[in-house]
Amino acid sequence: MEVKILTQHYDKPEYKSLDGYKKYDGYNQLKKALTLKPDEITEMVKQAGLRGRGGAGFPAGVKWSFLPKNNKTRYLICNADEGEPGTFKDREMMDKAPHQLIEGMIISAFAIGSPKSYIYIRGEYFESKKIVEQAIKEAYENNLLGDNILKSGFSHHMDIYSGAGAYICGEETGLISSLEGKKGQPKLKPPFPAVEGYLANPTIVNNVETLASVTVIIRDGVDGYRKHGTEKSPGTKLFSVSGNVVKPGNYEVPLGYPLKDIIFNLCGGLKEGRKLKAVIPGGSSAPVLNAEEAMSVNMDYEDLASKGSMLGSGAIIVIDDSNSMVELLKVLMNFYHHESCGQCTPCREGTGWLLKLSNSILSGSANLNDVALLEKVASHMKGKTICALSDAAAFPVLSFVSKFKEEFTSYATSNVALKFQATNVQSYKRG
Amino acid sequence: MFTISEKTKKFITKEVSRYETKRSAIIPCLFELQKDNQGWISNDCIESLSQFMDIPSKDINEVFHFYTMFNKKSVGDFHIQVCCNISCHMNGGLDLFKVLSDEFKIEKNGVSKDSLAISKVECLGSCGTAPMMQVNEKYYENLTKDKAIQVIKDLIASKKTN
Repeated sequence: MEVKILTQHYDKPEYKSLDGYKKYDGYNQLKKALTLKPDEITEMVKQAGLRGRGGAGFPAGVKWSFLPKNNKTRYLICNADEGEPGTFKDREMMDKAPHQLIEGMIISAFAIGSPKSYIYIRGEYFESKKIVEQAIKEAYENNLLGDNILKSGFSHHMDIYSGAGAYICGEETGLISSLEGKKGQPKLKPPFPAVEGYLANPTIVNNVETLASVTVIIRDGVDGYRKHGTEKSPGTKLFSVSGNVVKPGNYEVPLGYPLKDIIFNLCGGLKEGRKLKAVIPGGSSAPVLNAEEAMSVNMDYEDLASKGSMLGSGAIIVIDDSNSMVELLKVLMNFYHHESCGQCTPCREGTGWLLKLSNSILSGSANLNDVALLEKVASHMKGKTICALSDAAAFPVLSFVSKFKEEFTSYATSNVALKFQATNVQSYKRG
Repeated sequence: MFTISEKTKKFITKEVSRYETKRSAIIPCLFELQKDNQGWISNDCIESLSQFMDIPSKDINEVFHFYTMFNKKSVGDFHIQVCCNISCHMNGGLDLFKVLSDEFKIEKNGVSKDSLAISKVECLGSCGTAPMMQVNEKYYENLTKDKAIQVIKDLIASKKTN
């Protein structure tokens, strides 16, 4: 069963507008939050155990508390640069409930003492951008944004910024570079954005779903929020399910929900006659699970980590037995090679090697040494670069090859056989 | 030299004062300029923008070449972008790309006689509705080959009647 906390009113078209949103308790949490002390809100978010929903899973309240106590202007940035293959939840959240995000952002801005925020939306989401722009306009017209919000004495301005097609801008420091009008290349941490971010000012970057969840925490309180999910992974989460399921889509369930139930109950299972082969549980960068692991894992941060994978952005890519893992790996490597920002050598060169090797294995022109080389290159790319894109390219390689070794070796050995034949034929001819 | 339209000049002036630094206006201004120049950006466009914004052209070029949504050559009236990343691939994205490329013959300059360009692209965040394509600013989802061909034919026809 889905537990619709964030998505409760997503089926109502009027929820998109300010009037519609207000009909369902909209902006009451902001009113409530403005009567609290900013530190109280941060403490609530910490106690609620809300972890970043964009991919890294870092506790949101802890991130906020890293802000230095100085007089510099603090910025809040909503990361809506959704680009992790398999993920399409932020898009639905912005399209169906833009005010839920805006309310969460104003509350978060109040908590961290920020006078200015940006929503950085990926460039291709033209439709979402229009919807959010309209919602911001409505919020300004009703004194929910601007100076002296609802006569509370708190002022906050919000603007929208459109990306222009670069996966790497979903990485928070890459996003900041992009917002500063530069190439979206990530920056070395530390300093973390909370200390030195946008224009060297203290900056908090949070995902759409994370910020929208802040509204829920204010509404339900810490205990209410923790009613769902597990002790270590509290709350609900939107999972984007795609690939070979009958009913793909976004599903909101409590963290800790069995993956098997998401696939076989909520999503209607696989097409007739097909068998589950593998699942990528947290967006394309998350290590793949084989069918057996997928059938026993629960969707929370800890259980996925214990299976050697991660929750990531919550994008579940379901793979049935009609797919070739070698082919899918090549598709992913094409992506990472295309999206590497080119800044660090292990990633810039490594992703090229991974693509070349997976391509040659797929086309049958590789041998077993190439499979070993593929693994070797990937293992040299982990933890060697400024950001995690290099790791994100290495994880699928290492998990695909180790869990589907036979498939990779069969591509490579049938080719060894062919080569053997070819050499024999040649030497025969020569002889 | 490319002449920036009055409308775009107004837009640029507004954008320059919108953000904390002038540089942040480069991305939005390139988008606007691209619309002004039939969907792509030439070196001339960059030079004109550089002069008007008073920003070195190297800074604009850095941005222009980094992001995929700025077109380096003409993409015709309709830029068809077919997602071929993992979820779309599993649901026939690559086939869709091939079928469309066969159906609408692309000339050597990268654009068809009907003024279409077709590209394979990476994930567009529409994985639950695969396969899909983006035509200019709009998403078309849950496609079949026939449906996609029809959408494009209708777009071409609507352009002719306008």
